[in-house]
Amino acid sequence: MKLEEEVVRRQRSRALITALLLGAFVVLMFFITIAKTGKNW
Amino acid sequence: MPAIELTNPAALPADWRDLLALTKPRVMSLVVFTALCGLLAAPSLPPPVLGFTAILCIALGAGACGALNQWYEADIDAKMRRTAGRPLPAGRMDRQSALHFGVGLAFFSVLLMGLATNWFAAALLTASILFYVLIYTVWLKPRTAQNIVIGGAAGAFPPLIGWVAATGHVSALPLLLFAIIFLWTPPHFWALSLFVRSDYAAAGIPMLPVVAGVPSTRRQIFLYSLPMAAAAVAPWLLGLTGAIYGASAAVLSAVFVLLAARVLANRATEPARMAPEKKLFAYSVFYLFALFAVLVADRWLAA
Repeated sequence: MKLEEEVVRRQRSRALITALLLGAFVVLMFFITIAKTGKNW
Repeated sequence: MPAIELTNPAALPADWRDLLALTKPRVMSLVVFTALCGLLAAPSLPPPVLGFTAILCIALGAGACGALNQWYEADIDAKMRRTAGRPLPAGRMDRQSALHFGVGLAFFSVLLMGLATNWFAAALLTASILFYVLIYTVWLKPRTAQNIVIGGAAGAFPPLIGWVAATGHVSALPLLLFAIIFLWTPPHFWALSLFVRSDYAAAGIPMLPVVAGVPSTRRQIFLYSLPMAAAAVAPWLLGLTGAIYGASAAVLSAVFVLLAARVLANRATEPARMAPEKKLFAYSVFYLFALFAVLVADRWLAA
């Protein structure tokens, strides 16, 4: 495999996973905020 | 960009699968399970999303430990068959990426734990990460045959952190859970180190079988299994759990001690003839899973 192709492939897969993790983190923070504003938490 | 033949994979951006492998997912599964049991055994449960976040933070903290351990031990890992295929010794990733990944994961897990649950749990998570990386990996492991005995404390933190994340304080039961894992770690790891001792010797790690010999290690395995069994039934004897846990812990621990006695009786020095050691190692993993699962079941049935 050529270096250029492999660099692009890895950058794409890492960018996709980073985007998914960031999205999941935003959703998690939303629900944490809701839970923390409830009683006793 | 000119097309160049791929000759040095470490010069490429790390593949996400290799980043995941740095976190030692198999070790993480036991950490997550014991932490979850510590949280579920607590007298008051947090809202599900906060409980989930607490376990996620403990898993990420364990992942950070795995990454920093592999960053520090890349040279040693390259000398052992069992670990030579890991991303760093195999040359699939550069060391700086592993260091940045581990430190980033550690900071993130502690901050999120503090914000989502409480700062006492975050402090315990910080202590467990620092203990594993600095006390165990950097200080004890390359220097003393007692590395596993003291270093076992790092792996004993998860149920304690789970409990504190749920309640905000420490009590007798989570401390006993800590003690169980602390005392379970030496026989578990020494059983493994008996049949892979040539790997440890080649890497220059002073594991007990390398330093003290095989018969002495077998004696230590058996001796450690006794206080471990006592710690396992202690929650029942102290009235902290019910009879379901007490009976299960007694039976599971009796089998553990029996398998440890078979290890003690074995005279073989060739790994191929170390069936009792392999059996004890496999059973020790099942033992911890079963013990903690029964603990949660017992506490929930009593509630």
